[in-house]
Order: sequence, then C-alpha cells, then structure tokens
Amino acid sequence: MESAEQSETLTLLTERFGDSILSTDVHYGILSLSVKQAAIVDIIHFLYDHPQLRYQYLTTLCGIHYPELSQIAVMYQLHSLENNKRIRLKIWLPEDKPETPTITNLFAGANWMERETYDFFGVVFTGHPDLRRILNVEDMTIFPMRKEYPLEDQTREDKKDEMFGRLPHQHLRTS
Amino acid sequence: MGMTRNIVGEHRELGDENRYTTLNLGPTHPATHGIFQNVLTMDGEVIVRSEPTIGYIHRAFEKLAERRPYAQITPITDRLNYCSAPINNMGWHMTVEKLLGVEIPKRVQYLRVIIMELARISDHLICNSVLGVDTGALTGFVYLFQFRELIYEIYEEICGARLTTNIGRIGGFERDFSPTAWAKIDKFMKEYPVALKEFEKLLKRNRIFMERTIGVGAISAERALSYSFSGPNLRATGVDYDVRVMEPYSSYEDFDFEIPVGKNGDTYDRFLVRQEEMWQSLSIIRQAIEKLPEGPYHADVPEFYLPPKEQVYNNMEALIYHFKIVMGETDIPKGEVYHCVEGGNGELGFYLISDGGRTPFRLHFRRPCFIYYQAYPEMIQGSNISDAILTMSSLNVIAGELDA
Repeated sequence: MESAEQSETLTLLTERFGDSILSTDVHYGILSLSVKQAAIVDIIHFLYDHPQLRYQYLTTLCGIHYPELSQIAVMYQLHSLENNKRIRLKIWLPEDKPETPTITNLFAGANWMERETYDFFGVVFTGHPDLRRILNVEDMTIFPMRKEYPLEDQTREDKKDEMFGRLPHQHLRTS
Repeated sequence: MGMTRNIVGEHRELGDENRYTTLNLGPTHPATHGIFQNVLTMDGEVIVRSEPTIGYIHRAFEKLAERRPYAQITPITDRLNYCSAPINNMGWHMTVEKLLGVEIPKRVQYLRVIIMELARISDHLICNSVLGVDTGALTGFVYLFQFRELIYEIYEEICGARLTTNIGRIGGFERDFSPTAWAKIDKFMKEYPVALKEFEKLLKRNRIFMERTIGVGAISAERALSYSFSGPNLRATGVDYDVRVMEPYSSYEDFDFEIPVGKNGDTYDRFLVRQEEMWQSLSIIRQAIEKLPEGPYHADVPEFYLPPKEQVYNNMEALIYHFKIVMGETDIPKGEVYHCVEGGNGELGFYLISDGGRTPFRLHFRRPCFIYYQAYPEMIQGSNISDAILTMSSLNVIAGELDA
C-alpha cells in the first residue's frame, strides 16, 4: 500500500498523464510506475518541475532485459531530496529496436548512465550528445547484458537454468 | 647565402589544431593512483579539453551476479570500492535481508555500524593522506597508514580477510567479535585520534597545502546535484545529503552525529569534509561500543544462515537446512528491492530484481564513483595539469567502483 504522500504524487501524475500510466505498485517502500515510452520525458520533467514534488536528483538509471516478453525495460529512479521520497519509473521498449529520448538535458549525470545502458543493452537514447560504448571495447558487436548471451561455457551442466531454480528461458515478469 | 625566415609569423599562422598539444595521462600513470586514462588537449600548461576513457578493469559484475547465488555475490561487492569493502558487503547483506524481510538483532546492527565506520575511516584516511602525498607531503601518509593496517587487522580478526573482506553473512556475522578483536578496536580508538590530530595539524593550516588546494577543482552545488554527486564530494559543495541520516539503516538513528558540509566544493573543502567525517565516525564507534546490546550475533533465519558445523553433524534440522542452503532449495520471494548505504564515496545502491530463482534476475549497482567521475573534465577545464591530479585524488575515484 502506498503512503499518503505517495498517493498524492500518484493523483498528481494520474491527473496529467492518466493515459500513459500502465501500472502502479509500491515495491519495498518505493512508488514504482510502468509508463508508456512516449510520455517518459514529459513525466520526468513534470516530476522535476512540480513545486510540491521536486524530484530533482537522478539516483540511477539502468536497463533490464525480459526475454519472455521480447522487451527491454529502462528503469529510472528519481529522488526528491527536499521531501526525501523516491520514485521508480519503468518504460518498455521492443527488443529489436529499443529507442527512447535522452534525459541528459535535464540531468548532466544521465550521460554516462545512458551510455552504460546503451553499452550493455543496446538501448539507443536519441539526442544523446555522445552515445558510445563506455565500459566495453569499441569494436564489440553484441550487447552483453542481454539474456541470450550466456556467461559461462555452454558445455557446463552445473550452470544451466534448472540449477538456479528456474526453468530454461522462463524468466518471469515481476512488475 | 642563407635565407631569412620569419619564425614569428609562421607561428601565428598555425591553426588551432597545431597550437594545442595532446597529452595522454594514463592509463597507467603513477600520479593517478589507479587505471584511468585521460586524453588531455593542452594549451601550454592549461587543460583545454579532457576525454576520459574508462573500463580498463571492467569485470562484468552485473552479469556475473546473474549466475551467482546470493551469498556468493558478497565477494563481488568487495571489489567495487576496495578501500572500504565492508560497507559494500553490509550493503549487500541488508539488500537481501530487505528482500527476505528478515528481522536483524540490535547487536548485529551495532556491530555492523562499528565495522562500517571503521571502513569509512580507512577509506577517508587513504584519500586524505594521498592528497597530502600529491601536494608533496609524504609524512602524513606513511604515518596514518599504520592505522589502516590496524583496521585491517581488526577485519582479519573478525572474518579472516583484510582487503577484500567478504565480512558478515546474510542475517548477521559468522562469529561474534573475539576478545582480541575488541582489544584491537580499543587500541585503535585510543591511538588513532592522537595521530589524526597530528595529521590535521600537519596539513589543515599548512600554507603550501592550502595554496595548492583552495579553489582547485571546484564544482557548484547545482552542478554537483545535476551530476548526481553523493557522499563527501557532494557535501563539500554544501548539500547535506547523507544516506545515514536521510534513510537510516542498521540503527544509525540511535547515534548522535553531525554531517559536516563544505561551501566551495573545491579540493580543500573535500579534504576538510573527509577529515571531519573521520571524527564523526570515531564518535559513532564510541557510542556503538558504549550502547552495544547483548544478544545473538546473527538473526534467527535457519533457511538462509548456515548452521554451525558441529550441529550439521549432530542435529537433523541443521543438516536439512545446511543441505537446503547449499543446494539452493530455499524459497526466495519475488520482488524488486532498492537499498542504499552511505559508502566511502556516497550513495552505494543495490537494485535487485528477484524472480524467485537462486540468483538475482537482475542486479544493478549504483556506483557513486562511476556517476561523479563524469564531471571530472568539467572540473579540470582551464586548470593546470598538477591541479588536475589533485582534483582526481580528492574526488577519491576508485577504479574498482568506477568500472564494476
């Protein structure tokens, strides 16, 4: 259940972006929303500018690959230092062409976070000033954090999915 | 007959590309204390542009974590900020405990605070004394280093390891602190404040040190927030964001301490903030020792905390739990957790998605170094190369945390 402040945030967001909010939940105290990709930049700007909310600190940003859904999610976690509240936003992008606008014009710190997400998941942040690989070598051709790239030697029996308590390729969607 | 040649005129006609010198600082340069490459465009002594390249020690931790059971991820976290590995370990344990909904005994929480604050001191003392080395004062470094050694001996007494500690377990500690460990902590608490005071006298009002650091590598609070700075580097700009106070974990709310903040966000302020934080850490450790409650050194979670070996051999339940834990048969709830701790360099966050499997479905580390190091080109633009070295030292960029 969300707290009073969280429901207030939610009401403000629903009023303005009702059609773009896919689902809402509270995960271990953090208000988490799944939103439509088209609205993400507007929502972040709204959260940033709103005099009551003031989510002006970008804690982190990362990609998540859901092979069962053929989708790549991008998670943004914002923090309102004035109200000491956090919010998590998730957008869903198609695996074959993950693309979303950059938020570097709002947060200088998003630059490397987006580059990292591009490097590992192949998410293209349109309008990014310098979208290059950051931790991997330039001539790498794959996006290594995607689930189809196994970590270990494929001949090893002890590293199969069953050994980790899940059926092969049955990665469940958790939100 | 020789021809006359007007070299002054020739020089004037050179384009921009010829006026600047390209200088490779790193990847392995003795002045940068780690593997960082910066391609600098220099106009004489002045840095015009800088282009950092990172990833030289990237070890794919996030990918590795997807194939490691929860307990085996702790050693991975050691290798993030290896100057304060116990904070990373505790942060990870607390993330898993949050996911599992485990109630942690007060004694464990206090013991954790003691270890985490010792780790913060060892982190800050390295950063500040190395800053001294970079300004030409080696004495403070070799003098304070023996106390880092003492802190490492305390870790060793508690968990057997020194640098990459893998300290504690999910649910608590593997054993209680031994009398030798307490004796070493007492020795540290008695001797370190004296040495720290001396170190402070050596540098704090030292004219050379002040002239080398004041106004060097400054960043405004506004820019620092836009760059998502955290930790001492953010506090040096005057913003009082500290995870220990904003979202207290492990009973930090029981202790009385201050958050030191700076004003100018320059190298000198970062030095002062870290210096004062060490005093605060000492005070927290003192309070934790005084108020230390009696009780067990681990939580009662037999499904996740390995039973003692003698019980495994003599007790049916212990054997079953041992088997279940080792074979990964315990049920792990599904969910998304974010937990953060105040690491040596700022907000160290763990974003964990569990799909009920033995390993995380996804684990993302919020690494403060990675996030604030991107401001480095902006901070050193227009400064001298010697100042750029100091700026990097005072930011305390740790390659392990930067590259994951």
